[in-house]
Amino acid sequence: MEKYSAFSLLKNTLTGHKHWPKSWRNAELKSAYDVVIIGGGGHGLATAYNLAKNHGITNVAVLEKGWIGGGNTGRNTAVSRSNYFYPESTRFYEHSLKLYEQMNDELNYNVMFSQVGIINLALDRHEMDIFRRWSTSIQLQGVDSELLTPEQIAEEVSILNMGAKTRYKIHGGFIQRRGGVSRHDAVAWAYARAADNLGVDIIQNCEVTGFDIVDGGIRGVKTSLGKIRTDKVGMTVAGHSSVVAAMAGIDLPIISMCLQAMVSEPVKPCLNRIVMSPKVGCYLSQSDRGEMVIGGGADSYTSYGQRGNLPTTESVLGAVTELFPTLSRMKLMRQWGGIVDIAPDASPIVSKTPVTGFYISTGWGTGGYKAIPAGGDTLAYTIANDKPHPLVEPFSLDRFAKGRLVDEGAAAGVAH
Amino acid sequence: MLKINCPFCGPRTEDEFTCGGQSHIARPVTPAEVSDQQWADYLYQRINPKGVHYERWRHTFGCRQWFNVARDTVSHEIYAVYQMGEPKPSITEKGV
Amino acid sequence: MKRTVKRHEHARINADDPIHFSFDGKRYRGYEGDTLASALLANGVAVVGRSFKIHRPRGVFAAGKEEVNAFVQLEEGPYTEPNARATLVPLYADLKATGQNAWPSVRFDGLAMLGLFKRVLPASFYYKTFKWPSWHTWEGLVRRIAGLGKAPSQPDPQTYQKQTVHTDILIVGAGRAGLMAALEIVREGHQRVLVLDEQEKFGGSLLASAEQADRAWLKRVLADLAGRDNVTLMSRTTVNGYYDHNVLAALERVGNHLGTQAEQSQPRERFWRIHAGQVILATGAHERPLVFPNNDRPGIMLASAIREYTHRYGLTLGDNVVFYANNDSAWDVALELVTAGIKVTAIVDVRSTVVAKLQRRATLAGIELKLGYAVVDTRGRSGIKKLLLRKLTADRDHLTGPKESLSCDLLAISGGWTPAIHLYSQSGGKLIFRDADTCFVPDVASQAVTVVGRANGEFSQPLNLQALWSTPDVSSEYQWIDFQYDVTVSDIQLAVRENFISVEHVKRYTTNGMSIDQGKTSNVNGLAILAQETERQIPEVGTTRFRPPYHPTTIGAYAGRELGPLYTPGFQLPAHVCHVALDAQFEDYGGWQRPEYYPRPGEDEHQAIAREVLAVRNSVGLLDYSPLGKLEVHGPDAREFLNRMYANNMVTLKVGGARYGLMLNEKGIVIDDGVLVCLAEDHFLMHTTSGGAGTIHQVLEEWLQCEWMQLEVLVTNVTTQWATLTLSGPNARQVLEKLDGDIDLAHDSFSHMQYREGTLCGVPARLLRASFTGEVSFEVSVPARHGQALWEELMTAGKNYGITPFGLESLMVMRTEKGYLHVGADTDGNTMPQDLGWAGVIAKKPADFVGRRSLSIEVGQDEQRLQLTGIELLDSSADILAGAHVLSANGDSSTGYVTSAYHSPTLGRTVALGIVAGAHARQDEEVTLFYNGNRQAARLVKPGGYDPEGERLNG
Repeated sequence: MEKYSAFSLLKNTLTGHKHWPKSWRNAELKSAYDVVIIGGGGHGLATAYNLAKNHGITNVAVLEKGWIGGGNTGRNTAVSRSNYFYPESTRFYEHSLKLYEQMNDELNYNVMFSQVGIINLALDRHEMDIFRRWSTSIQLQGVDSELLTPEQIAEEVSILNMGAKTRYKIHGGFIQRRGGVSRHDAVAWAYARAADNLGVDIIQNCEVTGFDIVDGGIRGVKTSLGKIRTDKVGMTVAGHSSVVAAMAGIDLPIISMCLQAMVSEPVKPCLNRIVMSPKVGCYLSQSDRGEMVIGGGADSYTSYGQRGNLPTTESVLGAVTELFPTLSRMKLMRQWGGIVDIAPDASPIVSKTPVTGFYISTGWGTGGYKAIPAGGDTLAYTIANDKPHPLVEPFSLDRFAKGRLVDEGAAAGVAH
Repeated sequence: MLKINCPFCGPRTEDEFTCGGQSHIARPVTPAEVSDQQWADYLYQRINPKGVHYERWRHTFGCRQWFNVARDTVSHEIYAVYQMGEPKPSITEKGV
Repeated sequence: MKRTVKRHEHARINADDPIHFSFDGKRYRGYEGDTLASALLANGVAVVGRSFKIHRPRGVFAAGKEEVNAFVQLEEGPYTEPNARATLVPLYADLKATGQNAWPSVRFDGLAMLGLFKRVLPASFYYKTFKWPSWHTWEGLVRRIAGLGKAPSQPDPQTYQKQTVHTDILIVGAGRAGLMAALEIVREGHQRVLVLDEQEKFGGSLLASAEQADRAWLKRVLADLAGRDNVTLMSRTTVNGYYDHNVLAALERVGNHLGTQAEQSQPRERFWRIHAGQVILATGAHERPLVFPNNDRPGIMLASAIREYTHRYGLTLGDNVVFYANNDSAWDVALELVTAGIKVTAIVDVRSTVVAKLQRRATLAGIELKLGYAVVDTRGRSGIKKLLLRKLTADRDHLTGPKESLSCDLLAISGGWTPAIHLYSQSGGKLIFRDADTCFVPDVASQAVTVVGRANGEFSQPLNLQALWSTPDVSSEYQWIDFQYDVTVSDIQLAVRENFISVEHVKRYTTNGMSIDQGKTSNVNGLAILAQETERQIPEVGTTRFRPPYHPTTIGAYAGRELGPLYTPGFQLPAHVCHVALDAQFEDYGGWQRPEYYPRPGEDEHQAIAREVLAVRNSVGLLDYSPLGKLEVHGPDAREFLNRMYANNMVTLKVGGARYGLMLNEKGIVIDDGVLVCLAEDHFLMHTTSGGAGTIHQVLEEWLQCEWMQLEVLVTNVTTQWATLTLSGPNARQVLEKLDGDIDLAHDSFSHMQYREGTLCGVPARLLRASFTGEVSFEVSVPARHGQALWEELMTAGKNYGITPFGLESLMVMRTEKGYLHVGADTDGNTMPQDLGWAGVIAKKPADFVGRRSLSIEVGQDEQRLQLTGIELLDSSADILAGAHVLSANGDSSTGYVTSAYHSPTLGRTVALGIVAGAHARQDEEVTLFYNGNRQAARLVKPGGYDPEGERLNG
């Protein structure tokens, strides 16, 4: 793997960029692996990387039905934060945020993680009470969170509508300064390159069609490119979790929905924070290309269509225009959708399953991107040790029967 | 944009409706007699088909009535609309 | 770029109507009918923009929405629009535009020196560098250099409207194919037809035709269609989205062509939702450029664009025009230019043989023919001056022969045509690649849509195209594919070299097609070059997904008029006028505008609330409580149904009686509380939390309609039918008795938690003795239209008792003094009834109810659940805010939080409620509170503290 740096960039410039190596090999599918990861998005690639890096398990294949990073990871507004309410969540996402902070060095790739800070806006008195509770909870867990007055918010976000004619007055909010945005493609490609470099086989255009299960345990995986013998499978397929799990005879309490995101045409910098409003259901940031990146809640019916419908687009852009009226004359340039897998408590499921050797990472819903590094770390640990990583013990598949939901309703109200 | 043919009001756009998820789920007759797992299945277990889905919909900004819809979760084509309480119609490749 | 001194005779501009405008501070003149682009070209302005990455000087390239270079900042101040396409802006008087992404101007841009570093800045270079010392060091700089236009800094002074239309047939595109389709339909029957065209005028590419026959046909057809009452024609309307179930979205530009002079009473744009029975897409095709070294200079334009500028706008763009083509359509344009009196020096064509007829006509016209040649370079920094060419081998894979040169001041290029199938693809239609014309055309549709004309690959003449996707044997560094984002052939090669070979990967790696032109001229070229580099066929490589919007669409148009007060419906209280007159401080509570308190002159919030609380406790106060949820439940099974919905026993509730109840969801979580009143054996009045009536109504309906369909019950939401005023305080009865009424209000006749009906002041009235304040309270409900009058009557009647209007915040203080919980504040998404001390109540109820089963699962039995408790600060003069946490014994984690906290003027200290782990067994325990870095000592106590025996309630 050629090291990426300003120096290597200059060196290659002199040779007309003709000697950059492949970011990953076109590996041939082998007939057996120690671990097979299904799903070549951020989570799958990070898991494979961690298996190789932290557990010395390099005989790993990542099987991707299409092109790596082509699912939700590649359709992302790419926000990372750890300002969650419940310690079970905060611990996990804080671990992930720290890994984002170190990612450039760890993977030798500039994922352009800009820690611009993320502000939650309180649009009524009650919401402000909840935010006080939420922000204090975060602080108690040793994570950065700061309450803001309306005046402070107006200073941080000059394009916010603080006027008299707004439907909702801004009562204040809170900020996590270490929250930020990064380049989603870079994250997927960085993990792929690093994993490949450690010997992981990345197999694209390879669709899983079934499993060989004997005596309640995984023996092999059937794919469009042939059969693989393995005892361990990690499933990281987001919106297709139910479909793939069903092949192993596993029922999941997941609903797949379309999550839309959109960008405006690029303009010169006018916003240097991420701003979220759970009440009106939208969030906004500005990419380093200058586009305003906009997101909201999911379209509210089951869909594998990867295309949202008009009412959600209107509702999210309506919320953005109400909060940021100066954006009104700008133009929506691109809109896209992914398939997000939502669990009953909107918290993830990283867990062993009733099938021995079959491990799942699903339910990331609208918040999977920020979880990529920790998701990879914890799933790799779970697979390697055949027991859940401490950080994901609260996110087991069997928590629903016990009623031990981790309901971050407030925190996951709007996607990012 | 989904256009749903409300059995009472006729075809209206999706923003007048709320989707209630999987239909044909019956509440256990005697909840006190089911196990914790069975109760959790009733509360949380839902099918998530990539294909035909039999769902409940409510015409929230209209007649406020609930009814059933058989819809494809990939193409969003609606194969059938039928009353709450009626059994699932069978959907062949090109319709009911 | 040549200045056009005199416009051609048949140009579609009004030479009698000159219009003055300015660009980059210089004044110019154009005509009515011009676009900003045609007017700039007419004035010889060659450089109109700079490219995104390396700031290359760029000129107008096309004539329509496929324009890639001419993006300007239109107007300034509140009317400014960044990234306006000069080719789509109709010229209007005193139009003001400036170039973007350049300093000090597009002609002399300081950042043009980035061009020197192009080699160091290939695609995705940023992923390889900017890491040391950290990305933070660089990101500010990168952000400042990025972006194109400037975001407006003032709110939009104009408005947008949204409208819906239903039609039998929708025709998108009023060019020849669209208009012919319309004619055919109207001849066959009387269906409603809606024809939409995105341009200022109808006609599509007919507007660029020099043929008199075309003009006459257009005029005749438009007149015919305009005269039919079942046909609606709309110009300036771009269909930008094709959604499920044949619903489309379009944006109509109502006032844009008038610029800052547009009438304020009209919307700037209108967002249309179109319900179409059938859709006919006649959206035409976009011409593709050829890719060759330095193909991005000003003065290099699409052949079809030059045709349009010549015939439609009457311009002479060059004196020495050369064509570079791979298909026959460009030849037609060349010959038309000659007919118009423009000198076409040469046609360079990559094909070694061309149809004899065309060759003959070209030669006769004095055009030099260079067949089987490729352009290997161009010269001329702010406008093309010359091009260099070499012959191609027979298979077009290599160059051969010496370099030749041709001088030119305008280079017309044509690499073929790309049918505009975006909407068709959005509709879910499948595409198929047609080798002969190297384009994707519609294959199998999946909605009720047909595609006609060039959008369907139906070209009026065969193209006889032979592809040359880039010039071989020369550097790929300066062969541009995506002009906006400066993506060149070398970038695609680099992507492939690094093993990014899927079209999705290459698009993201190179950013090809991701800029504001949305890849209209770059997608297919990029795809084809990728196919070439990876030795695959184009269909194998595929194409990226098309999504709305087809063309960038104003964000404000999606919002329409639903902004400010219209953003979400807000409700006003029946006595709103009175509250305003009393200078109430309003807040939004669940959609209702409600008084928080009524400050008197000189009072701050705390003083006002303290005064109101003491007035209620000592005498009497009046609260507009109309948002209190009121649901009437009728039917022979009403009692049974309500018993299933409430956690406590309701079968024993007698007629005239009222009982406080708790409602759970099936997961056992408390979702609402309120007083249930029995009006008759089969008739109940259910009260819900204010603002919660709609939700609870839906919950009840869901059970009745989906699960318990055999129960005979009707639920009606009467919340807004009744104005409800709460009269509360030791003198409440006295005040109420002063009103004319037939209800016996005496202490012994009408006790606490009872209900009476009758008349008050001549109108029907419902009285409930329920109290949230802890004082004697009457919730008086009259039909809503009498609410204001009742308020006025009570205020008058209570004058001698110092009756005081009080707001919600005062109510919250009083209920907290009593320890009464407020669902949603003192409960969260996990609270179960046992957390509120209801285990005993539930144990006494034998019947099943919604949520009961969930109470006995593992987590419901946990002793460390968060339980409702009172919280008392040890320092009685201190205060605390809701949101503070209760620390664990070792102080490092949270074991619960303060959910309600107010200063109590009654008790002279703070009163607070909270939910704390295992609180029921920890009464009188001392705890530490934590908020915003500060710690405070407190104790867990019984909730409330004011009148714990409830004596005052029963007065």
